[in-house]
Amino acid sequence: MHLDHTHTGPEAVSADARRPDGERRALRIGLGGPVGSGKTATVAALCRALRDELSLAVVTNDIYTREDAEFLLREAVLPPERITAVETGACPHTAIRDDISANLEAVEDLEDAVGPLDLILVESGGDNLTATFSKGLVDAQIFVIDVAGGDDIPRKGGPGVTTADLLVVNKTDLAPYVGSDLARMAADAKAQRAELPVVFQTLRVENGVGEVAGWVRERLAAWTA
Amino acid sequence: MPLMSRAALLVLADGRFPAGGHAHSGGAEAAVKAGRVTDAATLERFCRGRLHTTGLVAASLAAAAVLGLAADELDAAADARTPSPALRTTARRLGRQLVRAARATWPSPELDALAKAFPKGAHQPVVLGLTARAAGLEPLDAAYCALYESVSGPATATVRLLSLDPFDATGVLARLAPELDRVADRAVEAARRALTEGVDDLPAASAPLLEIGAQAHAAWPVRLFAS
Repeated sequence: MHLDHTHTGPEAVSADARRPDGERRALRIGLGGPVGSGKTATVAALCRALRDELSLAVVTNDIYTREDAEFLLREAVLPPERITAVETGACPHTAIRDDISANLEAVEDLEDAVGPLDLILVESGGDNLTATFSKGLVDAQIFVIDVAGGDDIPRKGGPGVTTADLLVVNKTDLAPYVGSDLARMAADAKAQRAELPVVFQTLRVENGVGEVAGWVRERLAAWTA
Repeated sequence: MPLMSRAALLVLADGRFPAGGHAHSGGAEAAVKAGRVTDAATLERFCRGRLHTTGLVAASLAAAAVLGLAADELDAAADARTPSPALRTTARRLGRQLVRAARATWPSPELDALAKAFPKGAHQPVVLGLTARAAGLEPLDAAYCALYESVSGPATATVRLLSLDPFDATGVLARLAPELDRVADRAVEAARRALTEGVDDLPAASAPLLEIGAQAHAAWPVRLFAS
């Protein structure tokens, strides 16, 4: 029996903050939200913003292809060994909430292969407004919606909009063209989320992801404190 | 070993037990694409085939693990009975995911030792047997669990793949139940025989189309299920 000398203990059972070798594991942040809202684009922008200061990796949960992973590879936001695709059996929310086995395996394999890592971004497959990440899989979650999906989404609420640690309203540059009322979206989000933060962003401008990247840095500072 | 609790079998056999099975179709996606599974009747034939081949093999391995046969010998026996490299990879991946769920659910030194000996996963039926053992279940319980998984996975996957009426898919499982009882008994008999005769004596029924289909499926660029 071959035993890896750097990793001889049994693997962590769930959300333990320490790896079997006693090292603190990477902070894990989930990004969920409807199809086409800009999750993958946000992940790509975060990688570009943070890759020079942090050791990071990405897990994608494509529904039936490897397109999200391949987009990140094509954009060369990270070296290929830092991007892993999980297959979700036609149920993206199951893989991030009800049965997180494959995603836990992916994050642990990334830490084994390219660690130590500071941060792992776990991107869910495009889903509906009820999709949230299990606390056994991620330490914090970002829910990404966009102005073109309808400015009534914050009012409709749902677990993603209401409970995510950060709500991102993406593609604000499109608001005038699709008739979305940003002030109304902000007021509705405030009503649903009370003190939880909301970021309005467009990735069409220089450092468009800056606010979200700043939020991630704060979470990381709290995690390593 | 903990005291016997039959209710633990319900926990372990529950399709929602979080051990990664939901992302796998048990070969159903390849069979649907090939036109071999098109409706409830063909799903029933597909599941019956699995029951008597890969199901029987998995059930006897699981029952043998409950009886205390060595995990590494059983794992090698599972390898020998799984010609397709894609299916071996799947079996080990699901085994690794099950051992994680099992250790969180029924902590036991045996499961810890298994995870340590197979950091990338032992074959799922072997892990299933040791999980059943940790839960205080008997060889027959583990055999039932393995057999039910071998048919319930494809049935639920087919509901998603073909938009099959879910009542029809459940009816298929119900009609297979008496046969499942008989195969479970055979699996346990074989496992008990292996106690004296060794693991080579365990059933080695194979389903070539499942093996070939799994190899093809693993190379598809677009698919709903991981296997």
